[in-house]
Order: sequence, then C-alpha cells, then structure tokens
Amino acid sequence: MSDVLFHLFAIFTVACALGVVFNKNAVASALCLLLSLVGVAGLFVLLDAFLLAVLLVLVYAGAVVALFLFIIMLLDMQGGDRKKFTKATIFSSTLAGGLLVTGLVSFATRGQLETDPTVPVVGNTLRAYAEQLFTVYLLPVQIVGFLLLIAMLGVIVLSKKFEGLDDIK
Amino acid sequence: MFDFYFELPLWLRLVLQGTAVILVLFPLAAACSMAERKVSAWIQGRPGPNRTIAPFLTWIPGIQIFQKLGLFQLAADGGKFTFKEDPIPGHVNKFYFVLAPIASMIPALTTVAFVPFGAYFTQLADGTIQALPIALTNLDVGLLAVFALGSLGVYSLILAGWASNSKYPFLGGVRASAQLISYELSMTLSVLPVFLWVNAPGMPGTLSLFDVVQTQSQPGFWGGMWYVFLMPVSAFIFLVALFAETNRQPFDMPESEADLVGGFHTEYGAFKWSLFFVAEYAHMIVGSGIFCLLFLGGWNPLPWVPLQTVTDLIGITGNPLLSGLLAITLFLGKVGFFIFFFMWVRWTLPRFRYDQVMKLGWQKLLPLSIANLIVYALVIAWLETR
Repeated sequence: MSDVLFHLFAIFTVACALGVVFNKNAVASALCLLLSLVGVAGLFVLLDAFLLAVLLVLVYAGAVVALFLFIIMLLDMQGGDRKKFTKATIFSSTLAGGLLVTGLVSFATRGQLETDPTVPVVGNTLRAYAEQLFTVYLLPVQIVGFLLLIAMLGVIVLSKKFEGLDDIK
Repeated sequence: MFDFYFELPLWLRLVLQGTAVILVLFPLAAACSMAERKVSAWIQGRPGPNRTIAPFLTWIPGIQIFQKLGLFQLAADGGKFTFKEDPIPGHVNKFYFVLAPIASMIPALTTVAFVPFGAYFTQLADGTIQALPIALTNLDVGLLAVFALGSLGVYSLILAGWASNSKYPFLGGVRASAQLISYELSMTLSVLPVFLWVNAPGMPGTLSLFDVVQTQSQPGFWGGMWYVFLMPVSAFIFLVALFAETNRQPFDMPESEADLVGGFHTEYGAFKWSLFFVAEYAHMIVGSGIFCLLFLGGWNPLPWVPLQTVTDLIGITGNPLLSGLLAITLFLGKVGFFIFFFMWVRWTLPRFRYDQVMKLGWQKLLPLSIANLIVYALVIAWLETR
C-alpha cells in the first residue's frame, strides 16, 4: 500500500515540477509549484514525518507561493519569448545534465542505503524535533536566523527610496 | 447494537465517517447563508425572508413558523443555484475559471478532519474514567494541520480573480493574497502562548486540539480556567486575524462590493458562485470551532465546570453515546454563537479601507502578538522556575 502511494506521490511531484519549468504562463507555473510541494508533503507523511509535512504546506505552499502569485500578478508578468540558446548555456546544461545522469546511474547500480534498525529516529515528534533544534543543530539554526536577518535588512534598504539626507533618520 | 459497524473494513469506516461529517458541515454552511439574511434583517429592523413556502405544504398546521423563519427560502435558493443557467464569460481562462470554485471546497471541507468536535467518556477495565475525542483524526500536530490546510483556501480566490481576466476580480485576487500573508503571521503567533502553557516541561510536546481542551477541563482554579481569561490578548488577536482570514467584514477586501463590484467573484454566477459562498461559511464554522477549542474550553459547558461534572450530575458519564451527544451539542452551541458573532460584527462595523487593513495587520497586530508572546514566555518561564 505505502509503496503504491510512494510511487503515486513521486510521479505526481516530478510531473508538477516539470510543469513548473515547461509552463509558459507564470501563474500556471506557480500553481504547479504549489501542487509539487503538496506532493512532497505527501512523501513526508509516508515517512512518518508529519511535522515536516505540515510545516512544508504551511510555510511554502501556504505563504511563499501565495507571495509568488501576489508578485506575479502585481507585476503582471507575461511569459514572453524564450531566449535563444547560446554556446555557454548549451555547454553548461549538457555538463549539468551529464553529471546528473551519471550520479543517478551510479546511485541506482552501486548505491546502498543503510537500513540499520538500531539507528534511533529523531524528529518525528514535536518534542524530539525541538530538542534536536536546540541542542545538536543550534549553530545552523543561529546562522540561518542571522542570514534571514541580513536578508530582511537588505530588503528594507533596497525598498526604501533615499533621495536626500532628510530621508536618513 | 453497533457491532456490524466495527466489522467493516477500516477504509470504508473512514470514508463513511468523512462523508457523515461533510453531510453535516455542507448543509450547515448553506443554512448559515439564511441565518445571515435573518440576522441582518433583525439588526436592521426588517422581517427578512418570510414568505416563501411550497404550495403543497400550506395545509400543514403550524408550518407558518418555518415559513416565517425562512427555511423554505433556503430550499428555494438551493434549487435556484443548482438549476440556474451558468454562463461562462467569453474572456475568461476557462480551465482555471472552473477550477477555482472546486478548489475553494477542498480546504474548506478538509480542515474539519482535524477538528475534534466532542469528547465521550468510557470506563476502563480498572474503573477509571477516560475521555476520548470525537474527531475524524486526532493528530499530534492538529492545529498546525488546520492552519496549513486553511491557508490553502486563498488560492481559490487568487485563481478566480486571475482567471476572470478583468480588472475588478483581478484586484480582488491580489488583495486576497496580500491580506492572507499579512494576517497569517499574527494568527500563528497569537496561539503560541496557549501551547507554551499547555506543554509544561517534562510532558511530551503536543499541538493537539483535544489536549488543549483537556487542560481546560482540570479541577481547581487554574485547571478549569478557559484560556480566554488567562490570555485575553491572544484571544483578541486570534479573533481579529480569524475575521481577516475568512474574509469577513470588516475585512472583506477581496470582495468589497462598494469599490470592486463583487471582487473575485464578479464574473461568477449560479452554482459556482454558491460554492464560494459555502466555502466561506465552512471556513467560518471551522474557524469558530478552533477559537472555541483554544480559548473557550471546547465542549465544557461553563468555565470551571468541566463536562464530566455535568455528566456525573445527570449520571451519563458511563454512557459513551449520551455523553458524546451532550459534548457535541455544547460545542455546536458555542460555534453557533460565534457564527452569530461574525454576522453581528458584519452588520455593525463599516468596512476598513485597504490601507487601514494593511496598517492594522503589520503595524498593530504583529508587534502586539510578538510582545504578547514574549510576555507570556517570560511569565511562564518564571512560574516554572519557582
């Protein structure tokens, strides 16, 4: 049952992700992104990571994509013509695609996932999740918080128009 | 008596339970539209719909009461919305135009899956009384799941506004997305003090709505206190944000008939329009339910009087069916009052201007909710260390 569901969600997620890239309409792309995120949340549920699934839907599908749509509609973006390929883009995309295929093939043929049942599962309950955040991963959390603060200050500086010395107060 | 039910396969039982809840919620949401008309009429000092009746029913004595209540108007409206011609304007993006009302129903009817609407008591083998939730699911992350699914409701508005491909609906859609983002933050921050209080140190952490009600049904002064008394600021911020999230007046920016004709649903009519309408009321019902669970003690009849005291008094604690029915009745009564409160506010306060809505959200509610959270965090930390 859960294998079937995994394949369904995986196909759904990948198909919607392809839809994001190939849709010419920016709004349709954003909606595909929304569906793709919901598919990923479904995959998280299959892994018993309920908290992660709910947070993904709440933050990304609920707020971030709504913000994307707001910006797309506010700026009234039309897809426009595709840019022609240049030599640099052809070279780099072939290289990146080749690396991706190589990686996938080597993973499929030789890769082994450790399935050690003695490894404790952390982060599936709220308490365990919070404990990990505030003990083991405290430094990454602080760094990410600092980065977000910098980004926020940057947005404030960029969006505020400074015309004369009077504006800087 | 009900043994045959428990012999059904699990998936069939879940489907039946879900269908049953939707079959209650959907007509309830539709009935809210009639209640809205009667309440608005009452507030404005006019009778409201009171004449519609099916001609073949007039001979029944006493049916005039239902006629005066406008119950037949509800049926007539339902019939009208179902059978009315439903034209699709030529300039719209057809696929998304049809998709939007359907998408509006999905979050409206799925959020209810995470809302417990009652509790019943069973006697365990060792004689202790245990309260169990009446809900489709009782998740550990219940409240977050409701928020997550509820926030998806805005996409139908955005989609409808965009797919209509004309100016007024488009403005409505843009306003809907901006309003949702502005008030989502305050709403989430306002409930955090409740869970700081519920999750005492040493307990397994939970965001379950059932557990929130259980902590409001303890004996004693602090145990039986409803959180609306303990955290009035939280309750107020949550209520204001709830009005904004459900797009009710004074926050109905996406619709605002006075300046946007009909807002996001200007191009819609007949059944598609009524789906938007029902979705809005379903959101209201679920939102009121969440408010009652978090701040008004859920299915406890009075502050400091838990449900079990009442069931002990009438002697139905050991009966799961009767105690469950009593809990559901009490809970629905509170929700019904809040639906009335929504309408009361709608017909009392004038609509905000758009800049006022933004200013209120970002400059007043958000700092207030952050300050509220910090104060409660400090006080709770101080109480724990004593």
